[in-house]
Amino acid sequence: MTETAYAQLLDLGAGLVLVCAFVVVWRRGLVAIVRALAVQGFALAAVAVVLGVHQHALEPVVVAALVVAVKGVAVPRVLLRVVRSGGEARESDPLINIPTSLVGAAVLTLVAYATTRGVVAVSPSPATRAIPIGLAVVLIGFFVLASRRKAITQVVGFLLIDNGIALVAFLATAGLPLVVELGAALDLLLAVLVLQVLAARMRTKFGGLDLDQLQELRD
Amino acid sequence: MPIVVVVAVPLLAAAVSGLAGWRPWVGWVGVAAAGGVTAGGVWIAVRVLDGGPVSGLEGLLRADALSAFWLVVIGVVAVLATWFGVGYIAAELADGHTTASGARVYSSLVQLFLAAMVLAVIANNLGVMWVAVEATTIATAFLVGHRRTKASLEASWKYVVVGSVGVGLAFLGTVLVYFASSHAAGGGHATLNWTGLVAAAPRLDRHVMRLAAGLLVLGFGTKVGLAPMHTWLPDAHSQAPAPVSALMSGVLLSVAFYALLRYKVIVDAALGRGFMKGLLVAVGLLSLGVAASLLIAQRDYKRLLAYSSIEHMGLLAVGAAAGSPLAIAAVLLHVAGHGLGKTVLFLGSGEILRTEGTTQIAGVRGLLARRPVIGATFGLGLLALLGLPPFSLFASEVGIARAGFAGGLGWAVTVALVLALVVFAAVVVHGQQMLLGEASATGERHPTSMATAAPLVAGLVLCTALGVTVWPIDRLLHAAAAVAAGAR
Repeated sequence: MTETAYAQLLDLGAGLVLVCAFVVVWRRGLVAIVRALAVQGFALAAVAVVLGVHQHALEPVVVAALVVAVKGVAVPRVLLRVVRSGGEARESDPLINIPTSLVGAAVLTLVAYATTRGVVAVSPSPATRAIPIGLAVVLIGFFVLASRRKAITQVVGFLLIDNGIALVAFLATAGLPLVVELGAALDLLLAVLVLQVLAARMRTKFGGLDLDQLQELRD
Repeated sequence: MPIVVVVAVPLLAAAVSGLAGWRPWVGWVGVAAAGGVTAGGVWIAVRVLDGGPVSGLEGLLRADALSAFWLVVIGVVAVLATWFGVGYIAAELADGHTTASGARVYSSLVQLFLAAMVLAVIANNLGVMWVAVEATTIATAFLVGHRRTKASLEASWKYVVVGSVGVGLAFLGTVLVYFASSHAAGGGHATLNWTGLVAAAPRLDRHVMRLAAGLLVLGFGTKVGLAPMHTWLPDAHSQAPAPVSALMSGVLLSVAFYALLRYKVIVDAALGRGFMKGLLVAVGLLSLGVAASLLIAQRDYKRLLAYSSIEHMGLLAVGAAAGSPLAIAAVLLHVAGHGLGKTVLFLGSGEILRTEGTTQIAGVRGLLARRPVIGATFGLGLLALLGLPPFSLFASEVGIARAGFAGGLGWAVTVALVLALVVFAAVVVHGQQMLLGEASATGERHPTSMATAAPLVAGLVLCTALGVTVWPIDRLLHAAAAVAAGAR
């Protein structure tokens, strides 16, 4: 792989991860949002494969397979099950409307570029130059977490944060040690399964997944 | 004997609980596993003090004095909590609050929770430590929601979302540290091993480490219960079953604090002491302020205990900010004292809830006259928590204050002491209402069973013993403090 092709493929993969984050902000249908997350998982894996091929290393490719299995397939499948069993397929009224949210996401992307200048400067390379994209996805994840009212979109925000961190990890270091990647993937899968069970229990107790129902505990 | 045994013992107990279902003897297996962790901690402490750190699993695990100290604290608190848990689960089953399958899930999750905490303190790889800390959230999620009421469901949802997101920030910090290590000045190789990072720390990039340190304090600070990421704590600690509240408040918070101490050594070596000091003072004082303001008008005694945990974690952060070996030794003693005291109180609160049927402070009156044993242990526990002698928290709070003044943090310690005084007044007012207030119509006397009271008394005795003399753990305490103060 030539250096230019490597840089272009890397930017393409990282760019797709960011586009998926914007799609999550833009769409209201929960099914579409979960699909965007699944595509994001595959794009992440593609970034890992590109890095692995470029460095002639096997480990990133193994991690890519793990990412596809967990973030591309398993987690979206669990989320789809929650969406389909619920009957509420739309984020009815977010606290911040969609056009404003998109502007907010764009501003957050700029913030991400500004805060990571020092990090990129440590070793400028095609991979490290894309690190701000990872941080942008993390910040957008926080934004979604804070501005939506359905329990399921909170989980989506959490997953965006996680995907953004995974992208930073790939771009900065071509992935963490394998044992850590394995443990982190297992933790993520279990956390989503736990949230699925809690969501099912909430639906039977509260009759829906609106976070406004969670008001009992306060000081 | 390899050190992986201390993780394997609770894992084995979890398997036994899962397979055999709930039986009283299974409960005692859980107590034995916690005892095994304690014994393992003592055994590792002896080895470490004689011959230096021990490692296992090809360098993945490593225990030094700091790890050994935490193992002992985890083990002792877990013994008290699981011991109380044997009778607690029997009573929950008898009262119809849980089912046989609920009890089975409960007892194996408690052991998995224990195993995750143990792994966190003996992991050499800081990435594995992170994985273990996140695993504690997953293991405790269903424990918080054990009773399946609306409130406990709400608490466990918030706990998993806020906890996972917060710890996610710590993961980003971990990634950045790994990145910094691979680009250390003068050629570095990527590592997350604590030993390697400490050696490379002075050569790590300052920009990256500054960003990483902020994320790590915010991220692990979430699990410690430090403001501004403390919001999950009062909900989760007040809704969880009593033994789980005790474990979460008594040791889980301090296990996350252990992670912060480990990173503090690296960040201090990379950036100088000022950076981490500023961050810890800020979050520590903020936590004290939040706790003080919400304790004054608190109406729920389990939430009162939860906010008191936030207060004590704030004190730990201020003590760690002072950073000298003496300050860290006081902080470690405080971890042990708070662990024991808070365990006694949360276990006691479980018994009070069972017999009084309410968590409202206003609903509990004249406890000392009506239920002398539980009233007295609860009252003594509150005195311990307030830092009165002869309990060990008196010695450790004085130690933190003195070290703070000596370390140039006079103003921060002064503010902390003023806030602690507000907490003191609030807890005294609420506590004396519960213990001494006019008893209402249900003024009959209720005996508390020996089995219920024994773990509480044991916890108080230990907390007093540590306050009178620390000689049994004196060497361990100072060796551990030397590790965490970066002096090794």
